[in-house]
Amino acid sequence: MSKTTKWGIIAEFESAAAIFKAAEKTTAQGYTRVDAHTPFPVHGLNGALRQGPSPLGWIVVCCGFTGICLAQLMMWWMNGHDYPIWVSGKEPYAWPPTIPITFECMVLLSAFGAVFGMFGLNRLPRLHHPLFSHSTIWRASDDRFFLSIEATDPKFDSQQTKHFLESLGGKHVEIVEG
Amino acid sequence: MTATAITVVDEPENPLRRAPLIEGKNDFASVTNIIAGVAEKKTPRGWYLMFGISVALFLNLFAMIGYLVFTGVGVWGNNVPVAWGWPIVNFVFWIGIGHAGTLISAILFLFRQKWRTSINRASEAMTIFAVMAAGIFPAIHVGRLWVIYWVFPVPNQMALWPNFKSPLLWDVFAVSTYFTVSALFWYVGLVPDLATFRDRAMRAGRTVASRIYGAFALGWHGSNRHWLHYEKAYLILAALSTPLVLSVHSIVSFDFAVSQVPGWHTTIFPPYFVAGAIFSGFGMVLTLMIPARQWLGLHELITLNHLDNIAKILLLTGMMVGYGYGMEFFIAWYSGSEYEQFCFINRATGPYWWAYWIMLTCNVVSPQLFWFRALRRNPMVLFVISIVVNIGMWFERFVIVVTSLNREFMPSSWGYFTPTLIDILTYAGSFGLFFTFFLLFCRFLPILAISEVKGVMPQANPHHGHDAHGGGHAHAVHDAAHTPAGQGAH
Repeated sequence: MSKTTKWGIIAEFESAAAIFKAAEKTTAQGYTRVDAHTPFPVHGLNGALRQGPSPLGWIVVCCGFTGICLAQLMMWWMNGHDYPIWVSGKEPYAWPPTIPITFECMVLLSAFGAVFGMFGLNRLPRLHHPLFSHSTIWRASDDRFFLSIEATDPKFDSQQTKHFLESLGGKHVEIVEG
Repeated sequence: MTATAITVVDEPENPLRRAPLIEGKNDFASVTNIIAGVAEKKTPRGWYLMFGISVALFLNLFAMIGYLVFTGVGVWGNNVPVAWGWPIVNFVFWIGIGHAGTLISAILFLFRQKWRTSINRASEAMTIFAVMAAGIFPAIHVGRLWVIYWVFPVPNQMALWPNFKSPLLWDVFAVSTYFTVSALFWYVGLVPDLATFRDRAMRAGRTVASRIYGAFALGWHGSNRHWLHYEKAYLILAALSTPLVLSVHSIVSFDFAVSQVPGWHTTIFPPYFVAGAIFSGFGMVLTLMIPARQWLGLHELITLNHLDNIAKILLLTGMMVGYGYGMEFFIAWYSGSEYEQFCFINRATGPYWWAYWIMLTCNVVSPQLFWFRALRRNPMVLFVISIVVNIGMWFERFVIVVTSLNREFMPSSWGYFTPTLIDILTYAGSFGLFFTFFLLFCRFLPILAISEVKGVMPQANPHHGHDAHGGGHAHAVHDAAHTPAGQGAH
């Protein structure tokens, strides 16, 4: 990072109720690149921030379906095609005994999809984030609630946005660079 | 956030007025302090003592496995007719214990049982370590440990693939999937709390700790967009783990049920194994959580109500297991199969009668004490019964494995199984592994789910105590149903 640029502005709020109201008012003012940083998921906040639902379910469905197909392909090819084994007169490939392993593979790949899909959608892991330079942001994992507005927001203006957040009751309103 | 005094309201007759999940004058910061404090305080001397014993037992496990590998499975008591001795008993015992952790983290989550938040983290850790202990036994039981990779679908020198029709192979897939998914679920839950630990270590100037916690926290900064995907992932993992946990012990029971041995070849095995697994797992949760609560000062977070709930689950699953025992006898009689009938008469009155009656007393009789509320809320009684339950559930697996095999179809091959010292030391070693990891977990990681505990506190509701917000009233009514009397600010 050669030249520092403004990343955005961050304000601290005291309670879940305060961040909820602040989020509602900020989005009502027309700000779009708004996010909250909270120690636990505050329910209903995504509505106040106008954030859409998570598409993670679709990723998981695709992974689960892949798991089913791969498991079936593996068992059919290995036991039925490549090296057929006849055990106690049962057919080399028959679908009923394949169900347990098919199920397990579906669950395994779906779980990978859920976990790695979630980290992917969240752009994690990352080593640093500009908002970590805010003076009290460490409390976002303890007992405080933060509202951030990014500098790329069309309505963003260093002075006005700062006043606006202060008028909502935000403390430690700081512009962070990154 | 001001600390709110919460009075304990115990009105079991009025479910609308529930006792708070978290007791005492706690706010978000104090919850963080209590949980993070466990890992930040100076290591207590008792911890070193317990850790020393656990590590010694763990090293003994390595020695036993080494001896086994260099000598052969003859070092155990396993021999025809009882070719499945203690190793399989121990495998089923440990994997069963793991199931309670998944039940708490997944099934109780789907049922919206908020009290789970205080015990889910430690229970999930218990699951992972129990599955590790479990996995060792079938692996060393194969005899030639160095060709264990034959159970995996990878090319080998015989150009032969595993037989996917065998329940033993289903077990390989079930247990490895179970371990992987449990570990992922646990880690996902840990990430926000590791961020808390990172931030606290940073503030306290503990650079190394903050780097390590920071690396595992993956740069988590509690963004609402992150929480959105995170909660979805959590829900999906819970929805995946629920059928998974039921499938794992069902498949473990298939190891027995798919065979034709009298006493094993029954359709009741999958549900009966799952109920037994949950029963034993909750027993172990109590065995671990009661001392942890006492020694680490977590009384306000793990309350008597939590212990009471666990005792109720023990009572329920204990009776399900008892029903299983009864139904096995009924079906043996009803089937008209001589071998089946003999097997069960032999179980209760044969050479292993003592094991059968220990099992029955521990698993069916002892939980009946939990009909009494005073006993459900007495940590000492709970702790003793939890040990009794652990013993009883080990004996259940011993009864299933040994009494079914020792007098099979052919009287000429009947025999009596006796464990060797190596059997006993190997089993003791598995406890060493389990407790070594569990103690490390208690020392270095958040043993309660910090963000989840905060999420069930009344202050976490954005409409808590603020009715000015439009549309807040509907939430307020809903809120009142979940918060205790004295919290009704609405």
